[in-house]
This record gives sequence, structure tokens and C-alpha cells, in this order.
Amino acid sequence: MTGSEVLLKALELEGVNLVFGHPGGAIMPVYDALYDSSIKHVLVRHEQGGAHMADAYYRASGKVGVCFATSGPGATNLVTGLATAHMDSSAVVAITGNVPLSLIGTDAFQEADVYGITGPVTKHNYLVKDVNDLPRVVKEAFYIASSGRPGPVLIDIPKDIQNATFTGTFEVEIDLPGYKPTIKGHAGQIKKAAEALRAAKRPIMIVGGGSQSAADQVVSFVDKTGLPVITTLMGIGAYPAASDNWLGMPGMHGTVTANKAITSCDLILAAGIRFDDRVTGKVSTFAKQATVVHIDIDPAEISKLVEAHVPVVGDLKDILPRLEKELNKLELSDWWTQLNEWKSNYPERFNREGKTLGSQEVIRMFYEATEGKCVVTTEVGQHQMFAARLFPTHKARTWITSGGLGTMGFGLPAAIGAAFARPGETVICIAGDGSIQMNIQELATLYKHQLPVIIAICNNGVLGMVRQWQEMFHHERFSEVMLADSNPDFAKLAEAYGIAGYNVFDRETAKKLIPELLAKGKPAVVNFVVYPSEKVFPMIPSGAGVEDMIIGDQEPEYDYDTDIYGEKELA
Amino acid sequence: MNQKYVLSLTVRDRPGVLVRVAGLFARRAYNIESLSVAQTEVPGISRTTFVVTGDESSIEQVEKQLQKIINVLKVINHSEAKYVDRELMLIKVAVTSLDERTELRQIAADFRAKIVDVHQNALIFELTGDEGKVEAFIEQMRPFGIIELIRTGKVALTRSAEDPKVKKSVLAAKAA
Repeated sequence: MTGSEVLLKALELEGVNLVFGHPGGAIMPVYDALYDSSIKHVLVRHEQGGAHMADAYYRASGKVGVCFATSGPGATNLVTGLATAHMDSSAVVAITGNVPLSLIGTDAFQEADVYGITGPVTKHNYLVKDVNDLPRVVKEAFYIASSGRPGPVLIDIPKDIQNATFTGTFEVEIDLPGYKPTIKGHAGQIKKAAEALRAAKRPIMIVGGGSQSAADQVVSFVDKTGLPVITTLMGIGAYPAASDNWLGMPGMHGTVTANKAITSCDLILAAGIRFDDRVTGKVSTFAKQATVVHIDIDPAEISKLVEAHVPVVGDLKDILPRLEKELNKLELSDWWTQLNEWKSNYPERFNREGKTLGSQEVIRMFYEATEGKCVVTTEVGQHQMFAARLFPTHKARTWITSGGLGTMGFGLPAAIGAAFARPGETVICIAGDGSIQMNIQELATLYKHQLPVIIAICNNGVLGMVRQWQEMFHHERFSEVMLADSNPDFAKLAEAYGIAGYNVFDRETAKKLIPELLAKGKPAVVNFVVYPSEKVFPMIPSGAGVEDMIIGDQEPEYDYDTDIYGEKELA
Repeated sequence: MNQKYVLSLTVRDRPGVLVRVAGLFARRAYNIESLSVAQTEVPGISRTTFVVTGDESSIEQVEKQLQKIINVLKVINHSEAKYVDRELMLIKVAVTSLDERTELRQIAADFRAKIVDVHQNALIFELTGDEGKVEAFIEQMRPFGIIELIRTGKVALTRSAEDPKVKKSVLAAKAA
């Protein structure tokens, strides 16, 4: 057996049957072996797309995503994808070819120090120098990627190792004495957490990305205790949106109710969250009045930003059921009276009757047409925040976004990866006209595989989030945000790739088209032309505290007809 | 407030582990003042001692982040318990007269420094000690003309009285 054959067999032993990748000189032996392999390969059009697909494949299925790339530029193109997966704790194994060992360090053609470059954006990485190490390295890579706090692992394999003759064995043990993730929560800490919860009068639970793998336990826990639930951007879907106990998203663009609950609660049960600055705003004023019970699998997240009064390190799947056993239904009727008052005072609202179509209106149409029973991926920007508020889902692993790194260009490849992970389910990619162009080449991958992906471009002709900040904090100096003067015709562009494309300018057409496309289950690109000055509210300005929230057009009395935040001319 | 921390790490001898460790210090804006690495009594395992300057609030975070590196086995923050530390210095000093040579030998004897190389115009001294002693010796040598010097950086071990558990395990192994 050659190293390449060993690699593929080792991947099969890990249960891999799908790989996203792009070949090149230094990984040709692997692609040669792939020719005879049962592993299905999806040819991407840019390695970044492959990394995002593998990332979303994991997020949507819980199975480790795998991507291949060649040396040098192939591998450096993966870096943004790996950083995205690293920030959002997504289990990806990336395999890169490299120049032969004898040429490493000589500035050979297509050589880059991939091992060095990817160190800071991976949970772990390997440079394989002996073909007989491959079975162990692959086994360890999958174990590291998927256990504890998940993350990406890269394996760099020089070309001569791919061709070398294997004399080792597949009967290998994982050899990682320095890596022992804590799974079981400490019994004493769980008791303390239960005591704190029983004593609390106004508790809330915030669930994050870590709870995507423990959604059943979250639902059961909330059913038993009656806690109000806030889902972070990464936690959307882990608890059914729109159910009675759900308060929405916290933070910079969180719901009024969620943010008011954070400033008024006396206890936060934080489950699988890392208190990102987009959630906390100014940390020094974040929920100072509250006792913080923090459950996380990564001890380094405990008290990193927000001091945990009761830390519990371990897996939510272990800890939540044990904590649930310690508790009965909590007596929270006064607290719920307050929360429900906020909920009814601050319902989701946006202009459904503006002169022109708005992004929020379009995104909500998709929610109403699907009832949130689909897979949502997003690009990054205003549409992402609108989607978080107006298009949440109800099942774990169905709401996929680049939360930590905020990678524009994530949504389209992520939709493809998610569609492979969840066959038979419709995937809707909410995009902006800026973001979609960052990995638009993957339309070719989408066309080839005819996946049920609908790409909804909220085309406001500008980089909307940057424009919003410029309008609000930079004296309307709209520096370099104009896209409309040079955007392509997105419908024609889609058609050039063989995908059905639509340009939509009015709400009647939109309302008619969306259900039709959902029924078809074919790839489609819909370019909704929307007005540019729409803004995401509520908003906590960067660096300000939750108490400084600008409620904007989410104010109950806000009148869209006299619209100070409304439809201005394109700047 | 910035202050000095002495951290010891036991790591597996795997490529890249020091790069990851150093990268972590760099990312958190810690300045590495000294770093020493060498094999331990266990084959394949090295111990490193870092002296870093940083602020107290994030040292715990750095320890936790270090612990997350796959090939880091153990992290010890020496500020949490009493410890002994030493460093070794080789220092080459100019000698121009017999008087100087006599004086230098006397200072060396006071500091218990060894002469490890003799030349008509220079002497090389070997000195071990804690930071204060090493720096005091450098000051004594300065007027004579320091040609060059090298320090290993600090190495540190927790005092035995502070670490009884480990001691017992070794004693048990010895008895067996």
C-alpha cells in the first residue's frame, strides 16, 4: 500500500464517505488513489469553499467534515475556512499535500509553511514525516477534532510520503497523554448550581453553540424547570424558536426582551457559551447583578470574560440531565409576568408596507413560508442579523452561520455542505449582495450536484452593515460601501451557471415566488432588490453596555411612515 | 499591573509544540524574558521554564490556554508556591594586568564562580545562581570590560515541602 491508499483507508475507518476538495500537484497521489476509492469527492471551485463546506457538513450533521487541498496556495486558501471553523468550534479534518520532504524549506514551487501558518487557526496540526504514522495520525486527528470542544485539525502530508510504501499497521492506539477533555461534570459543582437556581427569583438560561450537540437535554431541562431561554447567534435552533419560553437572541442586535432580561435577571445559567463581546457589550457592566452559573466543556472559557460564580466544566449532555434531577419546576410566575410584558411590548416588527421591498420583509417571508422548518445558512452582515431575529429555526444543527470569525463568503458553501449533510431538506442561504460575491464560484458546485439550495440575496446595493455604522457613528460619510453601480445581474449570473435566477423588485412577486421555489426543491438564486438604508435594530453600539441599547424601529410607537431610520436615497 | 511570572511546562518532544507555546504568549502580548528547554528524566518529555512579563488578570487565562495545547502535559505557575530557581552564565572578561587578574580571581571566589577558560587577555567564568546573584556578578565585571556573556535563562522547581504528593509517589516507586 502507498501512503495515499493508507490515508483513504484510514479515512474510511473513521466513517468518512464524503470529502470536499480541489486537487493540485502536491496532492496528486491522493487523488490518484481516490479514483479507485468508494469515498465520494465534491470538486469545489476554491479551497476556501471546500473548508466551509466541510465545516457546515459537521455543523449540520455532527459528523466530522473533511476537505482536501494541495500545497502552497491550495493550503493557504484553506486558512480562512479553518479560522472560521476554529472560532465556531467546528470539527473539520483538513488534509493538505506538500512538496516532498527533501524540498521542504527550500522555497520549492507551491511550497508554503502550512504547518506554521495553520497552527494558530487549528486545534491541532500534523506534518507527517513517516508513512507508517498515517493511521495513528488520522485516528488522533478525528478524535481531537470531534471530542471535547470540537475544532479543526490539519494533516500536512509531503508528496513522497503519499507515494511511500507502507509497512506499518492499522491496529494503532491514540497516543495523546496531554489531551484529556473533561466530560463528566463535578457532582459538588452541579449541587451548587442547583442551589443557586433554586434560590434565584429571576433566572435566565443562555444557550450557545455548545448546546447544538445537547439540544434534547436543553429542551428537557427547560420543560422541567420552566426557565426562560435566550439563544445566542450560535445557539439558534438548539432550543425551538418562537416557543413560549424563548426570548430570542442577546447582545448587540439581540431582542429587547432578551437584553432587558439580562440586565434584570439575578442568575444566568450559561450553557455552552463563551460570552463573546457581541453578546456582552461592555463586559464591566454586563449583568453585574447576576450570579453566573457557567457550564462549558472548555475550562479556559470559565471566567475568561465574565466571572463564573459557579463553574461546571464538562459536557452538557452529562451535566444538564444531572442538574435537572436536582430541580423541580421553579417558581417564576412574577418573573414571567415581567418577561411576557416585555415580549408583548416589543414584538418583532418591521415595515411590511414600505415604498420598496425591505430585507426584513423578504427574510420573514421565508420564515412564514417554511415556518422555520428548514436549514438556514447565512452570509455575514445586516441580513445575518435580520435572519437571526426573523428566520430562526426549531431544531439543532439547522441554523448555520459564521458567528465568531464573521466570514463573508461562508453562506453559499455552507449551504452546499449542509445540503450534503441533510439530504432531503431544503437549505435556504440568506445572503447580501456583498457577501455572496466572495465565494460565488461555488454556484458551479451547486449546479453540478443539483442540491435543494435557495440563495436569497437581499440586494440593497451597499455593504449594509458598514453603511449602517457610517450613518450612525461616522456622520454619514459613506466611505467605499457602494456596490450597486457595479453589481452583476444576479439572475443572469445564476443562469450562466445553469441555475434558475430571478430578479425580484416587488412584494407581490416575492410572495408568489417563494412557495413555488420551496416546492421545486431545485437550486435557485433570487435577487431581491431592497432599499439601502434599512438598519438592524435594536443595536448596542460597539463598546457600550447592554443598558445603552438603541431600540430604534423596534420601539412600539415607532411610525414607519415618518421613518427617521427609513428609506433614504442611496448615498 | 505588569509583573514577572515564572512558568514551567512539561511538554512532549513533538515538532511545533514550542511554536504553539510561543505563539500563545505572543498573541496575549506577553513578553518572554527568558526561556530554557531540555530533556527530563523521562525520554520524550522536555521541561521548559518561561519567565514572562504580563498582567495578573490574564495569567490564569494563559495557563488554561497553555493547558489546551495538545502536547503540553502540565503547566506550573511558580508564583503559586515556593520554588527554587537558578540560572547559569558564561561571561568573558578582559584582563590587561596581573593586578586585574588577581582581583578578578578574588571576586570569582567570593561569588563561587569557576574559571573555565584562561587566555592572556581574557578569562571566562561560569556562574550559577539566582537572578540577583547573576546580575550582581555582571555589575562587578563591568568595570573590567565584558567581552561577551551568555545566560541560560531561569530554570525552576517547586520546593519539595510544597509538593508532598509527587514526593510520595516517587518514594512508593522506589520502595516497590
